[in-house]
Amino acid sequence: MWKYILYRAGYAMVSVLVISMIAFAVIQLPPGDYITDMVNRTRQTSGGIDPEAEQRLREAYGFDQPMHIQYIRWISNIVFRGEFGYSFFLKRDAGEIIAERMPMTMAMVLGSFMLTWTIALPLGIYAAVRKHSIFDYGATFIGFFGLAVPSFVLAIVLLYFTYSNFGRATIGLFSPEFVDAPWSVAKFINLMQHLWVPALLVAITGIGALTQTMRANLLDELNKPYVNTARSKGLAETHLLWKYPVRHALNPFVSTIGWLLPALISGDVIISIVLNLPTAGSLLYASLLQQDLYVAAGFILVLSTLTVIGTFISDLLLAWLDPRIRLT
Amino acid sequence: MTTSIDTSLTPTAPAPAEDVSEANRSVEAASQWTLMWWKFRKDKLAIVGGIVVILYYLVAVFPEFFAPKDPFAFDAQYTYAPPQPLYFILDGRWNPFVYGLRFERDPVSLKKTWTVDYESRIPVGFFVKGEPYTLLGFIPADRHLFGPVNSGDPFYLMGADKTGRDVLSRIIHASRISLTVGLVGVAVSLVLGLIIGGISGLIGGRVDNAIQRMIEIINSIPNIPIMLALAALVPVGTPVLQVYFFITLILAMLSWTGMARVVRGRFLALREDDFILAARLDGVPQMRLVTKHMIPSFLSHIIASITISIPFMILSETGLSFLGVGLRPPVVSWGVMLREAQEIATVVNYPWLLWPVTGAVVIFVLSMNFLGNGLRDAADPYAN
Repeated sequence: MWKYILYRAGYAMVSVLVISMIAFAVIQLPPGDYITDMVNRTRQTSGGIDPEAEQRLREAYGFDQPMHIQYIRWISNIVFRGEFGYSFFLKRDAGEIIAERMPMTMAMVLGSFMLTWTIALPLGIYAAVRKHSIFDYGATFIGFFGLAVPSFVLAIVLLYFTYSNFGRATIGLFSPEFVDAPWSVAKFINLMQHLWVPALLVAITGIGALTQTMRANLLDELNKPYVNTARSKGLAETHLLWKYPVRHALNPFVSTIGWLLPALISGDVIISIVLNLPTAGSLLYASLLQQDLYVAAGFILVLSTLTVIGTFISDLLLAWLDPRIRLT
Repeated sequence: MTTSIDTSLTPTAPAPAEDVSEANRSVEAASQWTLMWWKFRKDKLAIVGGIVVILYYLVAVFPEFFAPKDPFAFDAQYTYAPPQPLYFILDGRWNPFVYGLRFERDPVSLKKTWTVDYESRIPVGFFVKGEPYTLLGFIPADRHLFGPVNSGDPFYLMGADKTGRDVLSRIIHASRISLTVGLVGVAVSLVLGLIIGGISGLIGGRVDNAIQRMIEIINSIPNIPIMLALAALVPVGTPVLQVYFFITLILAMLSWTGMARVVRGRFLALREDDFILAARLDGVPQMRLVTKHMIPSFLSHIIASITISIPFMILSETGLSFLGVGLRPPVVSWGVMLREAQEIATVVNYPWLLWPVTGAVVIFVLSMNFLGNGLRDAADPYAN
């Protein structure tokens, strides 16, 4: 088991490294850098900056170096010193900005993850047990519908209804009186009262897909002879269902964490842009549009690392559930 | 992983129990495609989905004919005109028409209040003469499937937007861009998937391992942030066509992994199959083995996975354009139209800016998913 854990952990680290290279390369791709942008802006307002000063600025920020040198500098600062660089646009430490947004992002992603599972699991089990019933067809249809409606459209529709009913187009994470309040139990409860709405929006696509996965997994199990044997021995139907087939069907279900987590993070990004929530998405979007290199690259790195950690946990969970995996 | 079709295509393969009539037509002798069709046509949802998808693409090929108006023609008089209900029967006879519109301007807020003008009736017909256009880019024509009989009359079945452009005509023209983004993107990701998945499955061993790890890593990156980052690269002044290809390229680069996995899985399963071994022993060269024997035998699986990935592409384009980093006006795509519906305060007053586009997207994606699922199930005629 330890060998397996070590192997998966090493693999996760390599993944993070590769992802960090991709993230940095993608952000670096656009021609020009923040200095070009700044020079253009000063040219509009005043006489501009003389080329020598521009060159000095570039050297100061390290932008004159080739890309791989910049990358190595960036990643070693993060790994060894925990410094994510500087936000040119917000004139602050990029790491601080990212750290500010991450707790709320994690809350959103975890919230939508829990919603996805607690809704999809029973729905899928019930649809499989009552196969071809009205409920089964209903669950299938809702599943397909969830896949067909983009979450940002759901977000607009939600805003539409809040605006036409309450006269304001905001879905915040807190009531107004709690926004700037220090953390307290009341504030936490207030957050929970608000968080489920955007979390549900993010979760809907996953709920559709996972309900179908759980239904299919369980149907495969229910057709196996051991179920008939158990039934013929007089085992009560609910006991029979929960004791064996559901547990079997859960194994492939756990492995869906691997794609569910990236999907939920993507969903959170887009929802937080539309609803302007104080999570990673809205700031990532702004930093991308402003070519704020270190903030954008940092966000992508942190978000991707989250999914890699999630996948790692799901691998361990699977190995714990299913000895066949850890022994081979 | 499902079992390969060809291993089960032996005379002993069990005919599905409910297929008595089809068993008579000898399942053993039926070709793979016939078997697929038999299974597919039993799936009513997939059939309906398929028909809707065909209709959508038909509209996307000839939008000028299906749209009653020019999607760019603005009309200052009819800004934010509400949808006009269509009536078919007049005085007990078939005589389609809409009522005209009249507005009053609030002297304080300057907001227009539209009322139906029951005095004026605008006759509507099929195959009416309207604005001239060129079909497919070279056939001059001026007939439209439906529209006002006198081509200048106001005719807004789904209302007008802030510059008085017809929402319905814009949705129809947008389908051309939105639907082909999916096709072009899938074509690119298919080529990538075939090559990379093929290499992985055919060579196997270390190469396969390396490619599989690479795919896992790509899959673990959240899509939207990378898409946003790539799409934000496109400078604002870039020509429309280039933006279009860039966006499809981005979508393809993030979605070929699914295709590569399907191809690899099929290759791995087929490699050990008897008929492939027989062909190899016969001295069939590798290239011919792949193109003549292997690819045809899993083509159905590829078609099914193509169908499943098109909706993803279309929704992604819509999302990117909605966020303002995809296609931009003057191009009309569903995402661009949804972006125009972003101002909630506006949409609450003029809801026809939101609902029709949303409906168009949702109906298409639903149908495509039903079709894709039916095809996927049918690609394995012996699977339960």
